[in-house]
Amino acid sequence: MSRTTEILLALAAAALVLLLAWAVPWLRFVLTIALAKGLAVLGILLLLRAGQVSFGHALFLAFAAYAVAFGASTIPEALILLPLAAIGAALLGLVIGLFVVRYREIFFGMLNLALSMVFYSLLEKFYAITHGTDGIRLPPITFAGQTLGSEAQGWAMLVLALVLALGFGALVRTYLASPMGQALAGIKTREARLEFMGASGRSVLLAAYVLSALMAGAGGAVLAMTSRHVTPALAYWTASGELVFIAILGGAGSVFGPFLGAVAYELTRVYAAALVADAWQMILGMVLLLVILFAPGGLWGMGRALLARRRAA
Amino acid sequence: MADWLSQNGLLLGLAALDGLSSAAAIFMVAVGLNLVFGVLRILNIAHGSLYAIGGYAAASLGLFLTARGLPAWMSLPALVVAAALVGVLLGPLIERLLLRRVEGQEPVLQLLVTFALFMVLEDLQKLVWGVQPVVSDTPVRLLGNVEVPFGADTIPFTAYQLFVLPGIALLTLVGLAWFLRRTLAGRMIVAVTEDREAARAMGIDAAKVTLLCFTAGAALAALGGALASPTASLVPGVGAQTIVLSFAVVATAGLGRVEGAAVTALLIGLGRAFAVYFEPELEVVVPYIIMVLVLLVRPQGLFGTPETRRI
Repeated sequence: MSRTTEILLALAAAALVLLLAWAVPWLRFVLTIALAKGLAVLGILLLLRAGQVSFGHALFLAFAAYAVAFGASTIPEALILLPLAAIGAALLGLVIGLFVVRYREIFFGMLNLALSMVFYSLLEKFYAITHGTDGIRLPPITFAGQTLGSEAQGWAMLVLALVLALGFGALVRTYLASPMGQALAGIKTREARLEFMGASGRSVLLAAYVLSALMAGAGGAVLAMTSRHVTPALAYWTASGELVFIAILGGAGSVFGPFLGAVAYELTRVYAAALVADAWQMILGMVLLLVILFAPGGLWGMGRALLARRRAA
Repeated sequence: MADWLSQNGLLLGLAALDGLSSAAAIFMVAVGLNLVFGVLRILNIAHGSLYAIGGYAAASLGLFLTARGLPAWMSLPALVVAAALVGVLLGPLIERLLLRRVEGQEPVLQLLVTFALFMVLEDLQKLVWGVQPVVSDTPVRLLGNVEVPFGADTIPFTAYQLFVLPGIALLTLVGLAWFLRRTLAGRMIVAVTEDREAARAMGIDAAKVTLLCFTAGAALAALGGALASPTASLVPGVGAQTIVLSFAVVATAGLGRVEGAAVTALLIGLGRAFAVYFEPELEVVVPYIIMVLVLLVRPQGLFGTPETRRI
């Protein structure tokens, strides 16, 4: 797909999101949450290029969400809180990254999982600071200095999420095409060869890891400001699993995948929960099984295959 | 220090006993996970669900026996029977229908298949057993308490947790080590774990070994759950908790030897029990702290062998 087509497609998708949110008001919230999660999934996609699965990226999302919740009482301004929380998550990603990039495959996955579970326990156990499983409700925040009503606030968050999605999507696409991004694939195929060429596998992975933490942080900040309530469940390992789920559901082959997957995931979840309240998780699990068994390229891969077939006919 | 010891000595002893019994259950799950990973190279996330289902099945069977007015001693073999049933019914089903179909695919997809399975089993378990806590402690009450001598004092502790749990775990450890090293079937498993291709070239039916191992692993997870079920009530989410704990054990031990899983389960079980009695806030964190510390020093785990780099 050429660059112009992709830009046009991204803009069309953004317009479609706005149109949907306008036509079906309750979708606005769902779409904002989906875009926020899509940002975190973009980071998973980066690491997947290196063949590494992090089963703990909800840590960065939850860290930024709590940072927003704590910061909102001192600086109640969305446009300052968001970058601060995201940069905080990136710094945490740098510290944790320095440690975890020394490991590969299941050790990498498990260490990420372990660290996110440590963070989860801290959030849950230190009731005096975090209010445990009750979580924290966000105080009202301003948007570019304006105090908005709940309707306008909802729109502002959706537009913010869209802008972030477009921006980070373009960044990740450029990154993957750059030498640093190409080297990621080298970690997956044979790291020793990469190092013989003079590139350090650890540094390559670390750069991607920090970027992924930054994006998960941005997603977490949007999530916190949209749902206006943060709980430790954001950091539980199943939340990290959900991010990997979305990456595969959408397809790891393109930066469109994470957002497509996140929207499909959130919509399935909403409908499944409304249809069978006790078994929504089972339905999601079955959807995932079907995708892996019959469409391992994810939704994006499926769409491309259909398109290619039509063109060939 | 001496002062603190005399004050908290009994608590220390109790923590050690508690740690031993919880280590026994963790070991059963972790060793099963290790076995499955060795042969399939898949870290089975649904392994924790098998633990939970084993526990629920054992509790149901126990309650059924009591309701029928059958003698209480039957609740002990019922634990093993329930676990074996879960393993034999679910193990081959999962391996044949799901895991075999993603054989040779990308590791991420294989991992996610088990995550999807975990989501399905988690809800299935809620549909079958509900969300109310389930408890069946007949085996614990049957065997009563023993007074464990500790210095000048004695600590009352349940005989079930002191003898049955660690006893069965020890039996599993010795039995499995013997099976893997001394029997033909066991050596076939080791061969497939070491090098699948070479093992097949020697005429070993790798598909059959895989099926056998997965079933055995599932049964071990279910047995862990079944054995732990009389000591604590079962609630939704217990599977999710167990799996991360056994991941921690497996990663700390490194992949490979059965004995490694035992030592690490003991380390983590004791660590957690001491935390429960002395720093309850840290209970959940302790296993991961142990894991992170071990991997800092030995990246391949306590008992793993470093992999040679291929070019």
